[in-house]
Amino acid sequence: MNLCTTSGLRRALLSIAAAMFGLSTAARAADLTVYTALEADQIKPYKAAFEKANPGINILWVRDSTGIITAKLLAEKANPKADVVMGLAATSLMLLQKEGMLMPYAPAGLDKVDAKMRDPAASPQWVGMDVWASAFCVNTVEAGKKNLPEPASWADLTKPVYQGQIAMPNPASSGTGFLMVSAWLQMFGWDGGWKYMDELHKNIAAYTHSGSKPCRQAAAGEYTIGLSFEYRANKTKKGGAPISIVLPKEGLGWDMEAIGIMKTTKESEAAKKLSDWAVTAEANKLYAENFAIVALPGIASSMEFIQGDIDKMLIKNDFAWAAENRDKILAEWSKRYDGKSEPKN
Amino acid sequence: MATETLILPDRPAAVAPLRQKLGRDDWIMRGAVVALGLWLILTVLLPIWALLSKSFQAADGSFVGLANFQAYFASPALANSIWHSIWVSLLSTVICVLLAFVYAYGLTRTCMPGRGLFRIIAQIPILAPSLLPAISLVYLFGNQGLVKWMLFGASIYGPIGIVMGEVFWTFPHALIIITTALAISDARLYEAAEALRASPRRTFWTVTIPGARYGLISAVFVVFTLVITDFGVPKVIGGKFNVLATDIYKQVVGQQNFRMGAVVGLILLLPAALAFVVDQLMQRRQLALLSARAVPYAPRPDATIDRAMLAICSLIAFAILVILGVSFFASIATFWPYNLTPSFKNFDFDMMDGGGWRSYFNSLVMAGLTALFGTAVIFAGAYLVEKTPRFRTIRGFVQFLALLPLAVPGLVLGLGYIFFFNNPANPLNFIYGTMAILVICSISHFYSVSHLTAVTALKQIDREFETVSASLRVPFWRTFMRVTLPVCLPAVLDIAMYLFVNAMTTVSAVVFIYAPHTTLAAIAILNMDDAGDVAPAAAMAMVVFATAAVTRAIYMLLTQGYLARAQMWRKR
Repeated sequence: MNLCTTSGLRRALLSIAAAMFGLSTAARAADLTVYTALEADQIKPYKAAFEKANPGINILWVRDSTGIITAKLLAEKANPKADVVMGLAATSLMLLQKEGMLMPYAPAGLDKVDAKMRDPAASPQWVGMDVWASAFCVNTVEAGKKNLPEPASWADLTKPVYQGQIAMPNPASSGTGFLMVSAWLQMFGWDGGWKYMDELHKNIAAYTHSGSKPCRQAAAGEYTIGLSFEYRANKTKKGGAPISIVLPKEGLGWDMEAIGIMKTTKESEAAKKLSDWAVTAEANKLYAENFAIVALPGIASSMEFIQGDIDKMLIKNDFAWAAENRDKILAEWSKRYDGKSEPKN
Repeated sequence: MATETLILPDRPAAVAPLRQKLGRDDWIMRGAVVALGLWLILTVLLPIWALLSKSFQAADGSFVGLANFQAYFASPALANSIWHSIWVSLLSTVICVLLAFVYAYGLTRTCMPGRGLFRIIAQIPILAPSLLPAISLVYLFGNQGLVKWMLFGASIYGPIGIVMGEVFWTFPHALIIITTALAISDARLYEAAEALRASPRRTFWTVTIPGARYGLISAVFVVFTLVITDFGVPKVIGGKFNVLATDIYKQVVGQQNFRMGAVVGLILLLPAALAFVVDQLMQRRQLALLSARAVPYAPRPDATIDRAMLAICSLIAFAILVILGVSFFASIATFWPYNLTPSFKNFDFDMMDGGGWRSYFNSLVMAGLTALFGTAVIFAGAYLVEKTPRFRTIRGFVQFLALLPLAVPGLVLGLGYIFFFNNPANPLNFIYGTMAILVICSISHFYSVSHLTAVTALKQIDREFETVSASLRVPFWRTFMRVTLPVCLPAVLDIAMYLFVNAMTTVSAVVFIYAPHTTLAAIAILNMDDAGDVAPAAAMAMVVFATAAVTRAIYMLLTQGYLARAQMWRKR
């Protein structure tokens, strides 16, 4: 038999085996598995900047909506796959903290971080990155065709004119959905909040999986109003969608995106480097391209289509309460609104 | 289940010798049959077993009997899904089989023009993931839909959308079965009917329909199973209308409640398994339908019928092309519906959910490996099951294992893979999260149809070849390589093609077991749609469709050229 062909064959077989089992013949860099609920269009620059500053570390993102990443982390508690959780709602990280899944670590430069935006312990288990807040996307073309007034407040959304015109994220899967529900329950009280949602439910056309989808649907005119968050609203408008962005006047629901290291990580050196990087000015400048408020004070943001001072409109948010009651809130929400058949319109 | 009774070939008496000493070949073949059996136990039976046992366990793994099922039926939203799934599947099945019957009738029993073209158009849905029709239907009938008025105010999100999407997606499957059933018919029966002066209507009901009844029944079961276990269409267009398939996904992916997912999976397994058993029983009765003296039926031109069939088939073909065209149109529009200038903006997958272009290349690798290894394993396996002398019980059991995947919905198989392979106690745990598990799962998922194709081809080869080779002391593998494989080449290529296209478009089994570095194109479509990036989802669906279509076209060209030469011996 010809030797050339055997070695060629062997090489081919080896490369197939390598492809199938994810082996690599090149020198192995540290692979850091990072669970995240950041938007798909945000994670690229973050990854590029971090990997440039820390050669030899390679981020592998596992990305999904907040509720799903949270559920996945809790389900994998016995055998965690993640090394770091980055860009997940602080309320979710507080749940992991309660379960004892996070590693306390004070990243270099922690002292510069806004005190309100981190776990207060000296070695915090999570550190905030930025604030994200609710916003409405209202399709001006469709609103014009249907003669709909622009809603200015949460209360306006329950008006009968908006029946079947509103899409909102499902709070069980979407962090953006959860922060709205949490805000209503805090602003209007437990009973008042559910009464508000009962009214709002009559006008909701669809509960979506992700927090971005309602805004994108409003942008495409599928529904006139999408309850979403300010980053997606700004970005969608920038992309040429005929929408106006409304910040409801009663106050904005909000949460923080935060980073924490899993206690069980085998890559703790690399994980700490990512945590260090997350509080640098460089990282915060990247966050500031997407959000109005970031962890390091004094970094200017540019959200060209957001009018109004988001900082002043945020509600007083009790994160401990929200994290504590997350399960109870979601169970009640699902009981009331999930799986109901299509409302008759 | 009585494994003995599953379709084992009738062996000619001449080659069924009395007790004989087993030769070397026999031992090797028997060993290989056992190895194949173990492989199938590992990749099909044990994962399903893991799922079944999970549904009777509490979170900590202790046995709780029917407690999970009680919890399931106590939740009205979940229990409602059973009824939803059943009636939507029944309705889709009736519509799909009726349409496919008319279309197949046009193709096989009339002289309408353009039959070749109609055949090709009807195959389009098979080349696309089931998510594609759902996305197109949103563009056609959604709130900004092009022809929204056609629904008279009804909403496409819900049962209407699901039924339309499923009919599109399952149409080719029903068509293939019914066309085959209508193609084999005995012209003498029609001559007799004519001689007896039966009206065409009477002939239709007393000759045509009875002749095609097994095909029709088979089509009904195949379509019903496909619809009730499909997850792509209801996921995209189901709105708040819950069905079993989307419930499994919600329980497992959304809430990471694996036990409840196992319960729903078991419930979903029941109708699929029932359909499978009934279909098997039916097929056994069909064996003697066509006698050796049958004369093939040749349709005669009939202006009225040909014109009517042309109109109906054109309508159906037009609907298929519209659904494909809408996704194409949406994928190249800059900003639907406000800016329709063509652009490639929606193909910038790297800025969207789902893993970007890498997912596409992963899919290519996955589908390629599935076709390569799957064809090798399945064809060699079918050969062993068919040609190993005696050894009936074991062969029967392996045959049963090979047909089992037909009764197992992809979602259920995928979930079983999580339970089985992600168990740290399993020595095979290391393949979890790799490309290998996706390939293995896809091979298992599509095993049965490929196996049946191989068996059919192998049955056509006279046993004399083996007997003669054996008496000349030629080892069986040489006969296999020199005779069996070349003779069966068309079937082998068919299997490879079938595996490639299905692995490229499938969502259901792999959606539970892909890892961050093994994201797949069809799943990316799902994730992009979930995030509201509907146009990019349509774009990815078009890329997947184009890949499958181009592969198919190349395959057809190759087979026409190469096979024509390689199969020259078949002609005199």
